[in-house]
Amino acid sequence: MDNPRLHIYKFFKTNMSKIPKHLKYTAEHEWIRDDGDGIFCIGITDYAQAQLGDLVFVDLPDVTTIFERGEECAVVESVKSASDVYCPLSGEVVDSNTALENNPEFINQDPYGEGWMFKLKVANLEDDEGELLDPNAYADLVATEAH
Amino acid sequence: MPFIPHNDIARNAMLEAIGSADIENLFQEIPASLRCGELTKIPPGMTEFEITRLMHKKARTDGQSLCFIGAGAYEHHIPAAVWQLATRGEFYSAYTPYQAEASQGTLQLLYEYQSMITALTGMDVSNASLYDGASALAEALLMAVRANHRSKSRRILIPRSLHPAYRKVAHTITRNQGLDLVEIPFDISGGHTQLESLAAYAGQDITALVIPQPNFFGVLEDVNELTNWANANKALTIAVVNPLALSLLQPPGTWGQTGVDICCGDGQPLGIPMSFGGPYFGFLCARQNLVRQMPGRIVGATCDREGKIGYTLTLQAREQHIRRSKATSNICTNQGLMVTAATIFMATLGNEGLMRMAAACHANTNNLTKRLCSIPGITRVFNRPVFHEQVLRLPLATKPCLKSLAGHGILGGYALEQDYPELENALLVCATELRTEEDLDLYYETLHRIITAQGSATCYQPNF
Repeated sequence: MDNPRLHIYKFFKTNMSKIPKHLKYTAEHEWIRDDGDGIFCIGITDYAQAQLGDLVFVDLPDVTTIFERGEECAVVESVKSASDVYCPLSGEVVDSNTALENNPEFINQDPYGEGWMFKLKVANLEDDEGELLDPNAYADLVATEAH
Repeated sequence: MPFIPHNDIARNAMLEAIGSADIENLFQEIPASLRCGELTKIPPGMTEFEITRLMHKKARTDGQSLCFIGAGAYEHHIPAAVWQLATRGEFYSAYTPYQAEASQGTLQLLYEYQSMITALTGMDVSNASLYDGASALAEALLMAVRANHRSKSRRILIPRSLHPAYRKVAHTITRNQGLDLVEIPFDISGGHTQLESLAAYAGQDITALVIPQPNFFGVLEDVNELTNWANANKALTIAVVNPLALSLLQPPGTWGQTGVDICCGDGQPLGIPMSFGGPYFGFLCARQNLVRQMPGRIVGATCDREGKIGYTLTLQAREQHIRRSKATSNICTNQGLMVTAATIFMATLGNEGLMRMAAACHANTNNLTKRLCSIPGITRVFNRPVFHEQVLRLPLATKPCLKSLAGHGILGGYALEQDYPELENALLVCATELRTEEDLDLYYETLHRIITAQGSATCYQPNF
């Protein structure tokens, strides 16, 4: 740790993809926050937004749409790519972040805050919960993908 | 000399390397029943000189018929400048260039084209064109299914008054996509689509409603009512229009209370010769909020790092080379050359020229209708206003009548019976701005003679 450059490198690396401890994750780089009362908030991770680059458009699911886990439910588009977002849990869309329509960059700037995408009302969490990753498992996944 | 780089030495070396005795061997796995064998019906090659003479000879037998057929392709005046400029080396390509941004001139032209088409249609955005009007409609149907999230039925209402070839192409292209295309009958006295015939679908899950203007019969539809009906029933609206007619008619972007969602059609009337059916080009426009569901290429204006205006292919994340199997369409090119001609055509005529051309077509068709309807036995089939086509009922079968007219150098119109058995002896006629008073007179006189001759033959009662 004597080498200041290495220190900066480590600092940079750990900050490159923030993985908050209070969230759950998927292997497809979505995060899930339990808002209570069966409502879960969903977005894409810091790592995912960094991989995609500057987002120019977000196609969000309509409220009241019902998704099975693993179904395509949204699209995030950057200048040169478009990626599907897969629904991490089965449930009904009860809210979507309409601010992203005019400000897709919120996902780049604040993926876990202002960049949230939609909220699901989940009836049977037990069915899908086992598929979700905890922060450590997700960090390991990112570490392997990043290399 | 054939332009093939391989000689026998190279071919033999390759065959030896793969261990095959001859080339025929490589095709053994194709069953004999599927192979064409000797092409006995293909004549031996001819020299350029011989082929030129042959073609001139054949062209002479075509004659110079007077054309009164419309039915989707229209003979219009094309200023000489249009194709003189379009065939310049800088433009003379059928495609958007591969390194698009290196060809700023081509992109600027496409951008101007898009701007002109959106001005004509009153829509927010246009793509850089599609193959033709019929395939543009098929793309519009698929686009509507993608865009209408509220609808799960994939059911689209298509008036029977829409061009029969468009309906067939739409069926062919969308056949394996699970669309439910429902035909809506037309009113037998007006030739248009009545709200009453849609009533059975009110309140149901309808993905989209197609609205032709003018329709295949030349008849003007109640586009405002139809658009409002679709809105009230949460269906998207797809206008299929003649772009020339739009210089006189209400643009689809303003139909009803909201305007339509998608607008498409064939661009042939804008400077493209009839050419035995093609190539033509299709146009497709949409509301801004549907732009990401549009098929085809879109050119955008931007500025370079010095702040100068530049043009670029934009919103490419919809397209095949990026979205792969989830692309909005497998169309990844446009009808570049046809669009070049159309853009020069529109620029040459301008607003006023287009309006005058459309008005002259309308007036000529009305004159023709008046003249032909003065022949005993000929009547208008539909009582609604038309743009530049009219359906007439003849007192005799249309097919032999058209044959007689052709014998006099007149292409008399389109026999509707082949597509609409219910329209017996009905002829669809069109007189564009190219038809003179003398042309109309000649058609009138010739048809009058034919009908009189036929009439006396059928009225003849042998006296026993």
